[in-house]
Amino acid sequence: MLKTETYTLNMGPQHPSTHGVLRVELELDGESIVKVKPIIGYLHRGIEKLLESRTYIQCVPYTDRLDYVSSMNNNFGFCHAVEELAQIEVPRRAEYIRVMMAELNRIASHLVFMGTLSIDLGASTGHLYAFRDREDVLDLFDLVCGARMTFHYIRIGGVIHDLPAGFIEKAKAFIDKLPERMAEYDELLTGNEIFVRRLKGRSVMTKEMVLSHNMTGPNVRASGIPFDIRRVDGYSIYPELEFKVVTGREGDNWDRYRVRFEEILESAKIVRQCIEGLPEGPIMAKLPAVFKPPKGEIYSRTEGTRGELGFYIVSDGTPKPYRVHIRRPSFVNMQGLNDMCAGYYIGDSVAAFSTIDPLMGEVDC
Amino acid sequence: MEIVDIVPPMLKNNVIVTTVDSLFKWAHGNSIWPLSSGLACCAIEMMSAAGGRFDIARFGYEVFRPCPRQADLLIVAGTLTWKMTPPLIRLYEEMAEPKYVIAMGNCTIAGGPFADSYSVVPGIDEILPVDVYIPGCPPRPEALINGMLKLKEKIMHPEHVEKAREVLLQQKLAKMDRIKEMGGAGK
Repeated sequence: MLKTETYTLNMGPQHPSTHGVLRVELELDGESIVKVKPIIGYLHRGIEKLLESRTYIQCVPYTDRLDYVSSMNNNFGFCHAVEELAQIEVPRRAEYIRVMMAELNRIASHLVFMGTLSIDLGASTGHLYAFRDREDVLDLFDLVCGARMTFHYIRIGGVIHDLPAGFIEKAKAFIDKLPERMAEYDELLTGNEIFVRRLKGRSVMTKEMVLSHNMTGPNVRASGIPFDIRRVDGYSIYPELEFKVVTGREGDNWDRYRVRFEEILESAKIVRQCIEGLPEGPIMAKLPAVFKPPKGEIYSRTEGTRGELGFYIVSDGTPKPYRVHIRRPSFVNMQGLNDMCAGYYIGDSVAAFSTIDPLMGEVDC
Repeated sequence: MEIVDIVPPMLKNNVIVTTVDSLFKWAHGNSIWPLSSGLACCAIEMMSAAGGRFDIARFGYEVFRPCPRQADLLIVAGTLTWKMTPPLIRLYEEMAEPKYVIAMGNCTIAGGPFADSYSVVPGIDEILPVDVYIPGCPPRPEALINGMLKLKEKIMHPEHVEKAREVLLQQKLAKMDRIKEMGGAGK
């Protein structure tokens, strides 16, 4: 009497294609996946708890280490939340610089996505190209704050330094060069038949599925929902800027790749507008020597690289926050993993992990 | 009589006489195969080091292996938590001898900014024997390359490291003696 049964395969926590220390339990029926169970917590550093024993000013560097590929966006999100809580007016020049940095960081982060995606699909040359262009962005950050990662540049009330001499020219040169470089990726990756076949029609997420999992960022836009907090909430100077909210149609791996690809070009447009409209003026609001926001609570959200990055802060009127909860987009997006993988082959699971684009520092916090 | 002396004169220019041990050390020091194990932020800098600009391949260390059986260097890049510790120790134990460990980044060395967290290991040397420490948050790729060259020095000339350690120990002992003397004088 023949009988079949499923078996379990363990992937990680040390696995080259899981983007960090994610462990995934795959339940398999032959080669097709029945169920996927992500097991997280291998990088849980207790940041939310640590923030309770730091002053607001000291909290900012910890947000660098949440989503360490796009630190500027995290700095921006946290500072934005604290400013809303304490009702601080940020100078306009600082707002422009902040948006410019956040968008440059979005470019860098999406380039890392493209590099890791191509490694995961077996094209390790793509990584070399993506990291080459990322170095150009990191050079710009190196100029403004002297660090390649974990910047701590955007502070509560503004930014810490003004733009150094020569930054604008270098940023312009980079933005001018970018479309040419993206055309190169188009030739290398987009036109590659193996690459297309690995991504098209795989891990399809319908509108209902992404909404039921509360996914945000490029993952939800790939399914055809134009949800972008830069447009929906219009915080900072985003309402004054022109940019397109890129959406996909099918919600498959291919669309998730294309949405990020197009977003790089849109971000470049925003950076160009920021450079052109950069006003003169102060870069830092006046803060008291001991910064104490008033009693109260706030939930403030910004568009991080991976989706809705929210900070929920409870203040009890002391220099330290009473409670900070961080809504990390990677963590919430990870819920969709089961729906993305179930029914497909085991080889496709790697592409699915990669196109969710999770970062373990943000998932585990 | 040295072995060099029995080499015929006509071959003197073409033959190198050495020990198997030093030949092995020379080869090993120039082709370390790291395990591609990234934990957190430092892993991104590790990837940058393998990228085009820093190009760790110039030194022969670009062969990042996903399997511990093929690797001989464990770069612990990023924050190590207590939950990740058993898998990491298992990885280390699965690696074949001779094997080395590089602690990359402040988190790995001493907990870094998370030193007072309940879930972070306050220093990897409580768990694994470390050969090279690279401080920084995260260290630049140049620092990683420098660390790997230090490791090469250690592999090729272990006696230098021993000597340096001896000197450090003597200095420490001398300092302790001085403190003792000063304490005695104070009384």
